[in-house]
Amino acid sequence: MEQFVSYLTIFLIAVFVGIEVINRIPPLLHTPLMSGSNAISGITIIGAILTLHTTNHWIIQVLGFLAIVAATVNVIGGFVVTHRMLGMFKKKD
Amino acid sequence: MEKAYINLIYLISSILFIVGLKLLSHPKTAVRGNFTGAFGMFLAVVGVFFEYGTINQSDIIIIGAAILVGTTIGTFIALKVEMTGMPQLVALLNGLGGLASFLVGGNSLMEILQPGHDTKQLADFQFTISTAATGIIGAVTLTGSLIAFGKLQGLISEKAVRYFGDQIVKVLFLIGALYLGYLNVTEPTKIEWYWYIVLVASVLGVLLVIPIGGADMPVVIALLNSYSGLAASATGFVLGNNVLIISGSLVGASGILLTQIMCKAMNRSLPNVLFGGIGAATSSADSGDIYAGKTKSTSAEEVAMLLDMAQRVVIVPGYGMAVAQAQHAVRELYNQLTDKGIEVEFAIHPVAGRMPGHMNVLLAEADIPYDKMKEMDEINPTFNTVDVVIINGANDVVNPLAKTDPGSPIAGMPILDVDKAKTIIVIKRSLSPGFAGVPNPLFIQENCLMYFQDGKKATQEIVTALKDT
Repeated sequence: MEQFVSYLTIFLIAVFVGIEVINRIPPLLHTPLMSGSNAISGITIIGAILTLHTTNHWIIQVLGFLAIVAATVNVIGGFVVTHRMLGMFKKKD
Repeated sequence: MEKAYINLIYLISSILFIVGLKLLSHPKTAVRGNFTGAFGMFLAVVGVFFEYGTINQSDIIIIGAAILVGTTIGTFIALKVEMTGMPQLVALLNGLGGLASFLVGGNSLMEILQPGHDTKQLADFQFTISTAATGIIGAVTLTGSLIAFGKLQGLISEKAVRYFGDQIVKVLFLIGALYLGYLNVTEPTKIEWYWYIVLVASVLGVLLVIPIGGADMPVVIALLNSYSGLAASATGFVLGNNVLIISGSLVGASGILLTQIMCKAMNRSLPNVLFGGIGAATSSADSGDIYAGKTKSTSAEEVAMLLDMAQRVVIVPGYGMAVAQAQHAVRELYNQLTDKGIEVEFAIHPVAGRMPGHMNVLLAEADIPYDKMKEMDEINPTFNTVDVVIINGANDVVNPLAKTDPGSPIAGMPILDVDKAKTIIVIKRSLSPGFAGVPNPLFIQENCLMYFQDGKKATQEIVTALKDT
């Protein structure tokens, strides 16, 4: 329970930090923000890698493999496409 | 490595994510922000290998192969996608995030159930409840996103699919998922419950998104973005890992914030978007009667003459422009007008397009300088100094009924005040109503000219006509 409350604290503080930071982002950049933050949600890759730990059961390995693939597509796809988009917002004189 | 050092690595990557998002707030620093975020992710992955400890060869092969496959697919689709297809891609990536999350939840549970593992975690409510939450949120995110993808890609009807008693069915599935979640908590040794949760929540995801119409997509995409973050955060609670909790909640917060902005831009509440309102089979009055004989149609030549005499021109892009892929033609028009010394700006309604900020990306793709793209609040007070406003494929966001008719489905929605401009040109293929299904009295206004044509063709014809003047 104690552990849970401390995780919950971290969660809520991060939500508030997130709102503060993102609130200042102009509508111009909302799409890159979405694809960029989307890439960050691929952080599940950490969890996916960890669940393969100390187990050799094949179902876990298959599902773990799938989870890592899905999370990596999310991460790489998100960051690359955001980079592509931002390249278009360069200042033109 | 000691756990404290690993957590320190995770802490640094969390901070990099926050800094990265902060840098995304200005076009000048945004590229750096994206790199910062990507570096944070890299660092987190480095951290997880330290946490893993001694890694046996078969694990290296599985992890390495999975990362390689994921990187190849991710890079390929990110480089291939057209800017008009951006909402689909974001929907798809959201869905994959959800998939990864519920797989991680299931795997964590199964791992503990393996013989020889410490089962005391199963008595821990934090673990079991958050596993159930991961299953529900992850699965809803996956199937909801797939439906959104299908709608945006035109694989499924963009229309709001409603049926009798649909709200009750949704509630039943939600209760079902929650009940299975409860069983997962009370009988965590039965792994079946977890997969039933995923199954029921998957159906729920479909049911939640299918009744939402095309024009509400900006809200849905933003909301699913938030869900994918919450799913990641829930896996953080399962695994007791701070970097997952922090990054997931950042994404969750960003999604919710954008959802709120989109709802505000349409003057609607979130429940109203999710559970009906406009888009729900609003049978419109026969708009033909309203327009009958009162609209004036125009030609490229006439528009060119009007533009030639103008000093200030504003272009209002809408989804029609995006569908017609007219952004490059619009850029040509922009070039030509600015060459003649005419001031040209773009008025962008927050919900124009299929995701937040979509129109800005499309215009930027066509090399239109971002300082010419004006937000609604900025440009609205200046419309009375505009000589010609060209509305390209936008409809509801310029409908004055939003202000004048409290009974209209779009009542109270903030609109672009184009009616104050000297001359209004509406490029539209027909007089068919927009998403909201209401006629637009702007079209019969004294100073409004209708140019019935596809958004791209019309723009090209104006460009040609301008060359001849």
